[in-house]
This record gives sequence, structure tokens and C-alpha cells, in this order.
Amino acid sequence: MLLISCPNCGPRDETEFHYGGQAHVAYPESPNDLTDREWAEYLFYRENTKGTFAERWVHSTGCRQWFNMLRDTVSYEIHSIYGMGQPRPNLSASAAAGTSAKSEPAQPGEFTQTGEFGQTEPGLAPGAPTTGAPISGSTAPTSSEGV
Amino acid sequence: MAETATPAETAHVNRVRGARRSPAEHLADAFTSGSVPGTVTLTEIPYQAMVGLRVDRTSDAGARVAAVTGGLPAACGEVTGTGSVNTLWLGPTEFMVVAPEEAHDSLGGSLVSDLTTALGTDAGQVVDLSANRTTFELSGSHARAVLEKTCALDLHPRVFKAGTAVSTELAHIPVMLWKTSDESYRIFPRASFADFLGRWLLDAMREYASPEVP
Ligand SMILES: [Zn+2]
Repeated sequence: MLLISCPNCGPRDETEFHYGGQAHVAYPESPNDLTDREWAEYLFYRENTKGTFAERWVHSTGCRQWFNMLRDTVSYEIHSIYGMGQPRPNLSASAAAGTSAKSEPAQPGEFTQTGEFGQTEPGLAPGAPTTGAPISGSTAPTSSEGV
Repeated sequence: MAETATPAETAHVNRVRGARRSPAEHLADAFTSGSVPGTVTLTEIPYQAMVGLRVDRTSDAGARVAAVTGGLPAACGEVTGTGSVNTLWLGPTEFMVVAPEEAHDSLGGSLVSDLTTALGTDAGQVVDLSANRTTFELSGSHARAVLEKTCALDLHPRVFKAGTAVSTELAHIPVMLWKTSDESYRIFPRASFADFLGRWLLDAMREYASPEVP
């Protein structure tokens, strides 16, 4: 059970919240110009980060307000809780042992997806060997921050 | 309706009132027999008037609405109002007004229409939610012990003080929980959960009818 500190209500059990998926996925500036592939990638393709991940939550049983959270998907440690519309906090300045900036894979297993909408190739498992696109190490931004 | 009602209108209102069934009415006898006077008691307070408000409390409309309700709470836990009309904080721009049955417009009151008029055409909403929830009153020296069997919040008086209200979960269902005095709580479950929560609380109260085992 996670204990999540709602910005409005204080610490509450995880069961009072609902998960809203990856944060900072920007709505395309001109959706009509996208190919079906690009639109599908905007709609359905998300990062599958092993490590620190920015995600949205809503306090559905309490104040019913949305907020963003930086959470470690391995340890479940909650690094930061910040408001909707605020940019993703930079943890590197205050990084404790074991956490590092987003642009550097924190663990050997962490990979960063690339491509315009955060995807090397749709439908491929991480590390699947058919394209030359880098699976990890690349630091291309995968989504617009500050949405 | 607040003005002179004809005898026919009065008769109609009384007929409608007589036909109502509160969500936990069928448990009234069980609440009485399951209560342990002096230790923990459970009753339903049916038909309270409740109004859902959405308004920015710092706006002009918020000030007008606050003039009707006797203030709007500023933060989680706060309850405003004095006497019988109280307003609970649900969210930064969302509140619930709780008032006696008679405050409802259909019974000669003017709570809903006063709030609607106060909001006017400004952004926000006033919704009559009187039938949405019922009210349970759980009181006595062991009321907190009953709630602590299921509530994840810290209900110790150093944290949860009389006069505060929170929305949270009891027995896995969403409720508003209002601590009205040191040993008394008002619980607002939605109507469809009233039967379940009423029976759950009765079960949780049962052990206090027996002598304490050392
Ligand atoms: Zn909250």
C-alpha cells in the first residue's frame, strides 16, 4: 500500500487514488497533420520506464484533484509530488545515492525510448533486434515537459 | 412554495413526505437493539437537506454564496457555519452544504433557491443532492474504536479534531466523515451504500455489548 501525500488533503492510502498514466504527454500542435501512425503513437504509446517515472494521479475519493508525481517504478519510492501544469522537477541537483538525472539510465536495465512520440518502433519489445534505432542511452526528449 | 401554500399543496407535500423511505429505514430497529447506551450508539438522521456547490470561494459569486451558507471552508477538514446549516470542504472549489430537512424548498425552506440566486449566472453550480446521501450518527466512548477498525486515517483527537470533516473510505466505500464533537461522528454514505455500511457498523459495534475480556 502506497501512502500518497495529496497536495490538498495530506497523506492518504493509495486506495483513495486513481492512476492517470504518464504525465507530460503533449497534445499535438496540429493533429490534422499527423499520419495515422503518429496519431496512434500519441494516443497509445507510452514509456515503460524502469526507474524514475513522471505520472498523473487523481485523489478520487477525496478532493478529486489531479496532480503529478515522480515515482520510482522499481522501489516505488515517491520522489516528488507537484501540480498539474508544472514542469517535471529536476532530481539531479538533490539526487541521493541511486538516483540520477533522467537523461542517464539509472540502472543497467533502464532504457529510454526515442522517436518523435517516444517510440523506436511500435510493437517491439525493448531490445527487440530488428531496427538500428537505439534502445537505450539516447537522451532524446520523449515528450514535451511542462504540459 | 415558501409563500402561502394552498391546502391542496400542503396535503400533497404531506403525502409525498409520508411516502418517502430513508435509505436505512429498514435497519432502524437493528440500530436501536445494536446500540450500547453509554458505549456506542448508531442512529440514522434521515432526509437532511444537502446541496452540492462548485464555486471559486475567492470570487464575487463565492462571497455571495458564502453569505448564504455562513462562510465557505478554505482547506481540507474545515467546516463552516454556525447552528444548523454547515458547509463541508470537498475540494478547492467544491463544497457540501448540510442543513435540516425543513431547509429544503419543498418543505417551506429556501436553501436551494437562495444558493441558486446567490450564484446567479456566474461560473459554478448549485445542485440539490438531498437524496444522494443519508446521515449516520455514531456516538459514544467507543465510537472511535469502531471507526478505527476500518478507517485508515489517524482518528486520534490530536490529529482528527472535533469540528472537522474529511472525505475518505470506511469499509472500502467512500464517505464523508464529520467529527461533530469529542465522541460523536456524522457519516455520510451514499444512499445505495447505506444498508451495507449500517450492517458493517452494527457488526463492528457488537463486541462492545459484551463485558471486556481482560
Ligand atoms: Zn486530495
